[in-house]
Amino acid sequence: MLSIQSAKEESHLRRRDAWRIGIIVLVLIASAVSLYISPFTLGLDLRGGVNVVLEADESATTVTNESMNGVVSIIERRINALGVSEPLIQRQGARRVIVELPGISDQQQAIDTVGATALLEFKDPQGRTALDGSYLKNVQLGTDRYGQPAIDLEFDQEGARLFAQLTTGFQGQTTTIVLDGEVLQTVMIREPILEGKAQITGGMTIEEARHMVVLLQEGSLPVPMKIMEIRNVGPTLGQDSIDRSFRAGAIGVILVLLFMAFYYKLPGITADLALLIYIVIVLGVLSAIDAVLTLPGIAGIILSVGMAVDANVLIFERIKEELADGKRLRSAIEAGFNRAFATILDSNITTLITAAVLFFVGTGGVRGFAVTLGVGILASMFTAVIVTRLFLDFMVERRPDTMAKHFSSGGLKR
Amino acid sequence: MINFVSYRKPAFIISGILVVLSIIFMFVPGLNLGVDFTGGTILERQTAQNVTTDQVRRVLDEATPNIDLAGAVVQILDRPNQFMIRTRELSNADIIQIDQAFDTEFGSLIELKTDVVGPVIGKELVRNALIAIVVSAVGILAYVSWRFEYRFATVAVLCLLHDVLIVLGFFAITGREVNSPFVASVLAVLGYSINNTIVVFDRIRENRRVKKKQSYGELVNQSLNQTLTRSLNTAITTLVVIVMLVIFGGSAIGDFAMALLVGILLGTFSSLFLAGPLWMTWMERQK
Repeated sequence: MLSIQSAKEESHLRRRDAWRIGIIVLVLIASAVSLYISPFTLGLDLRGGVNVVLEADESATTVTNESMNGVVSIIERRINALGVSEPLIQRQGARRVIVELPGISDQQQAIDTVGATALLEFKDPQGRTALDGSYLKNVQLGTDRYGQPAIDLEFDQEGARLFAQLTTGFQGQTTTIVLDGEVLQTVMIREPILEGKAQITGGMTIEEARHMVVLLQEGSLPVPMKIMEIRNVGPTLGQDSIDRSFRAGAIGVILVLLFMAFYYKLPGITADLALLIYIVIVLGVLSAIDAVLTLPGIAGIILSVGMAVDANVLIFERIKEELADGKRLRSAIEAGFNRAFATILDSNITTLITAAVLFFVGTGGVRGFAVTLGVGILASMFTAVIVTRLFLDFMVERRPDTMAKHFSSGGLKR
Repeated sequence: MINFVSYRKPAFIISGILVVLSIIFMFVPGLNLGVDFTGGTILERQTAQNVTTDQVRRVLDEATPNIDLAGAVVQILDRPNQFMIRTRELSNADIIQIDQAFDTEFGSLIELKTDVVGPVIGKELVRNALIAIVVSAVGILAYVSWRFEYRFATVAVLCLLHDVLIVLGFFAITGREVNSPFVASVLAVLGYSINNTIVVFDRIRENRRVKKKQSYGELVNQSLNQTLTRSLNTAITTLVVIVMLVIFGGSAIGDFAMALLVGILLGTFSSLFLAGPLWMTWMERQK
């Protein structure tokens, strides 16, 4: 009778274990695959680059949703024309645009590309605007008659008509070519130009000319933008930060593993295994949700390792208490897990509340920190309840006496 | 068994003094707000040779007389050939001129970091940080009131305000820079502190159900002692990784880790010596 029951119990345990093993293996495989397919995107503070925050200058024009979208798409095209890899252009709120340019170290280039309104104007001798860059059909890099870099402009039909009007009406006088309020060139109009072609020449380097071609080709921003903030991290600092936080993290994790093994002995080693799995899961989930890894984010991961142990500690301490109350090992583990879980849930939900608030209120690096904190809490609950439990049950089956001894002896004497 | 409750008077007095001092420190000398909050420019540079703050200042004074750099803060970073300048909002032309001066004077200048922040962004950050702390506190208050009761919730929020205020006071008196990562670390402290307090309250609630005849003092003491090993072990493992961040993290992460270090020590203290005893005092007053 007794043996039949224990056999039944055994098969029940086996089935439950199979489920747990299945889930753990699945999560581990998914994490590994995700890490392999989409390795981390590093934040600008780690890989270097320029971050620009722009705000619409409302004193000039009224700002609408459409005009802001126009700003974003024009900035996007300018950056693409420059060939920056993986840029990020994002609207923030009603009047702001955030631009991230990884790998760019020239701040001036970033300002010129992103911040310039690029409004080209041809002014008559009285200073009135005869036509502007919106009538351009084609812009090309050319050379003037001395072989210096120049910009060839071709207007559309309406532009050609306006340009003809200007050059006919003010023949023998001067027209001024102005870009964003800055005079590029003042030219004598020798003869009427009817075919709608013009050239900007004089005093620019080939880079400047090329840059201006991009700006004029993509058109002017519908709303002038002011630069509110520029952050630029050089590649040296980024690499240094990665090295340092990696070293701090590795040593910290090793010390935590050693502490658990020495303090809780065999059960502690099972917790260590769970902790290693925890790290794989956290990294896997973060890469799966395409989290951008920032310096505060890495600090968050490292911090979460220290805190992840908490769930295990809570459970182990409970099991010790249950054993001290005279329960047998198996039922002590069962009761320990059940009672500790309520505590883990309540204490972690409050921490999740702060992580959620950080996520919704914070920006940039702070947000990255909130994500890692939140993912860390969820993963630590998973590993404590599923992974540690499985390992403990496994060890109890193999080494019941050692486990009982270690659980009872470990730690402070009461 | 440690009689935590018997230390409640000195604990309340010490905490009270620390909180009052911290609030004073936040006005005098005041928090050292970084450019994230105030707006301004941070330049971090590396040169071929080791430099002193005096050398850097001299270059700034002599080579860029046209740029107003009065009140600029110069600091040598982790390595003696790296330095930082913090000053008002500069134009890019100014920055280029300053860089050229350093390059000529010290040789092979490397740009580590340049931050130029306008004043508007800083104001928003202050507002967002305050919103974050208030909303978190209210959220926790609501959750704990629902799961436990309002006295636990109030005491828990008092404890976390205690922890956060003293971290701020510590940063004010030591002159450490308060920047955007600092906000994250304060909120992490908040999370840790509440987590710790809840573990203790959870045990008080449980013991209260079982033993109805116990005095509040015995109840709190018993619960604190039962959760003591857990409180200490979790503090140890968390502090171990943070100390590593303080030691190896360098200037970019050092202050962030320092705020966590101080906050977690405080969080451990307040969950042991403040949370339970405060609740007990409240309950006894009500009788």
